[in-house]
Amino acid sequence: MPNEPERYELFEAPPYQFQLNRRDFLEVAGFVICLTATPLLDAQTAAKPRARLAFAADGTVTVFAGKVEVGQGAATELAMAVAEELRLPVSKVRAVLGDTDLCPNDGITAGSRTTPATVPEARKAAAAHRGGELSPPPAWKTLGQSHPAQNARAIVTGRHQYPSDIRRPGMLYAAVLRPPSFGAKLLSIDPSVLKDKSLTVVNDNGFVAVAAPTSFAARQAVATLAAAARWETKPHPASADLFRVLKETATNPRENKRGDLAPAFAAASKQSRGTYQTPYIQHAPMEPRAAVAEWLDGKLTVWTGTQNPFGVQQQLQQAFRLSAEQVRVIEPGSGGGFGGKHTGEVAIEAARLAKEAGKPVHLRWTRAEEFAWAYCRPAGLWEIQAALDANGRLTAWDFASYNAGTAGLESPYRIPNTRTRFFRSDSPLREGSYRGIAATTNNFARECAMDELAALAGQDPLDFRLAHLDNPRLRDVLVAVAEKFNWKSRRQKPGAALGIAAGFEKGSYVAACVEVAKDAKSGFAIRDFHMAYECGAILNPSNLRAQVEGAIIQGLGGALMESIEFVNGRLTNGSFTAYRLPRLRDVPPLTITLLDRKDLPSVGAGETPIIVVAPALAAAVSALTGQRRRSLPLRSA
Amino acid sequence: MTVTINGQAHQLTTAPDRPLLDVLREDLGLTGTKYGCGEGQCRACTVLLNGKPVTSCLTPVRLADGKSVTTIEGLAPGDRLHRVQQAFLDAEAMQCGYCVPGMILRTVSLLEATPHPTDAQIIDALNGNLCRCCGYVRILDAVRRAAQQEGGRPHAE
Ligand code: FES
Ligand code: FES
Repeated sequence: MPNEPERYELFEAPPYQFQLNRRDFLEVAGFVICLTATPLLDAQTAAKPRARLAFAADGTVTVFAGKVEVGQGAATELAMAVAEELRLPVSKVRAVLGDTDLCPNDGITAGSRTTPATVPEARKAAAAHRGGELSPPPAWKTLGQSHPAQNARAIVTGRHQYPSDIRRPGMLYAAVLRPPSFGAKLLSIDPSVLKDKSLTVVNDNGFVAVAAPTSFAARQAVATLAAAARWETKPHPASADLFRVLKETATNPRENKRGDLAPAFAAASKQSRGTYQTPYIQHAPMEPRAAVAEWLDGKLTVWTGTQNPFGVQQQLQQAFRLSAEQVRVIEPGSGGGFGGKHTGEVAIEAARLAKEAGKPVHLRWTRAEEFAWAYCRPAGLWEIQAALDANGRLTAWDFASYNAGTAGLESPYRIPNTRTRFFRSDSPLREGSYRGIAATTNNFARECAMDELAALAGQDPLDFRLAHLDNPRLRDVLVAVAEKFNWKSRRQKPGAALGIAAGFEKGSYVAACVEVAKDAKSGFAIRDFHMAYECGAILNPSNLRAQVEGAIIQGLGGALMESIEFVNGRLTNGSFTAYRLPRLRDVPPLTITLLDRKDLPSVGAGETPIIVVAPALAAAVSALTGQRRRSLPLRSA
Repeated sequence: MTVTINGQAHQLTTAPDRPLLDVLREDLGLTGTKYGCGEGQCRACTVLLNGKPVTSCLTPVRLADGKSVTTIEGLAPGDRLHRVQQAFLDAEAMQCGYCVPGMILRTVSLLEATPHPTDAQIIDALNGNLCRCCGYVRILDAVRRAAQQEGGRPHAE
């Protein structure tokens, strides 16, 4: 299964086809022909080399990277990497990220690629400058030590400027008219209802928006427009029908086979079969999508929150028929991403308004827009069938995954006969990436099934996994977490409701143990949660620990409480009031064991720890209630 | 309207129903106060109004008339840090940091009322503050550290 079809947002059609201003275009027989001779997607963008390092007279060094900082620690990690190879204190190195005019195009900040791809680039550039070899991990002085975030002081004083904090002279504030339901088409609006001459109104091929001196005025104007707008709505399935839709619309699967399933099932001593489900969930980064756009002398500059500044640059080029030189995207470090900020629609919207207004325009999506119009983590459905022989060994594994995506499809366990299928379905909601994305959900289904199979075989789920595992790194984290948690002795305690799960993704390895207990209010409470994690040589231990803590607690959200609900093309819980997310009170006692493998290359760690949270919990809750839990979230009835 | 903001009196002429949050950010350039939801559910927009924490997204600016507002920018004079800011720094209690100004202001008001809070009291006070990076372990640590500091004097640089 070569390419990755799971990042659905990357294959979407452009969000807008603007008519723009007639002056710029010549209309011939119904076709709009662009007079500017620049190609839509300028291939030179990627090719033009930009300096990785800059050296100032005062001895400070700047490292440039096209990656972005969304709280995962990329900026500090890159500065540390350069400091290491130049033998400088970290305080002498500054990282400038996500500026398409200044930085090399390092691609999208996704897939945990900064650590394995961009950090080595920066180290090589610095080592080459010094005229030496890369320093080996055992000799590290800076890497491998904890260093706080470079902008920490700016954050605690409120001085760090996030995309939504950018201010430009004469800047206007914007609001956008959104459809009342998914798929609704605008039939008509009446801009004459707006009397205020200080308003800029754009009505361009379905995009209707207002810019005003204050965001309050812009929101009021859009509400006035909305009251007089007419829409044609479209039928849309409800979340209650979600899994039926995913099954019914599934297309020819991609398939991987090993051995022969039929004889294995025929000879089985025991068989299991289960259907598993995960709903849509939203990233809900604390800072919603935001952009400030400014046109100056034919050049467009956009400050925006995105994990893909060069991708957004291309989207802007396409929307406004510009060359790469005419568009600059700056990502100043934004308020969370989690895989949710890969696309550039807010940048395009702000730029369209700024073009009309002839002034810089600020647009920040509302929380409701963020829930409804940003993409979700794909919902998933699984059908798993497996067989055990008389010794309790897995002999057959038939894994069908619908819509979730292809990361983490293949089982890490030794099974002679397997079939792995991935079906694409028609998704009722817009889908895209998410922290760990399909590895999380495929691993959820697989590890739930493994827990059931262990029970069927009459074995301890730890022993059952180890009996089918060859990968030494995955074995190591399983054994490490089980020892720390006292798995064996805690299992002897009558009535103990324990869960265990393991998995690997993007080159790192993780396992978790959890105990739950009855709770009068919420059904069950988490007693404690243990994780062991290994991602090669650790670069910044403190930041790694923060990423693991964050991934576990964010994972608790998807495991316990999150699910996007909709009916008649509208979300019914698209707000912080209605959509429960993990809060301080939800944090259980955590014990995290980090295995530092100085002998192995470092890989990214922002995502993988999340993949074992839900299955470990599902196993524990199943043990507590005696009823198999096969769908998320676990706290819904 | 006259509102004292971070110790300075401001005459404001604006629509009285505008959220205080918008006035701080758009009219006064105090962008340290953040928008997270506009629903009163995340508290990223927390400011102190006459010393009491409020969600500025749900506070019409007219309710601040004649009162004093403290934002994250005004918590400590000049380049100094309030001990709560210092504690968040020491605990490395931030990932993206977007929730941090609201967390800090809530903590300041908690420690004023309850200088030595129990964990349960900290959780009660801060449970309304959402952190989507889920950095709660360190946030709790930061509040404990701030509470352990003697006195309420701002830290030196
Ligand atoms: S923005 Fe005010 S509570 Fe969320
Ligand atoms: S640090 Fe990102 S929201 Fe709290």
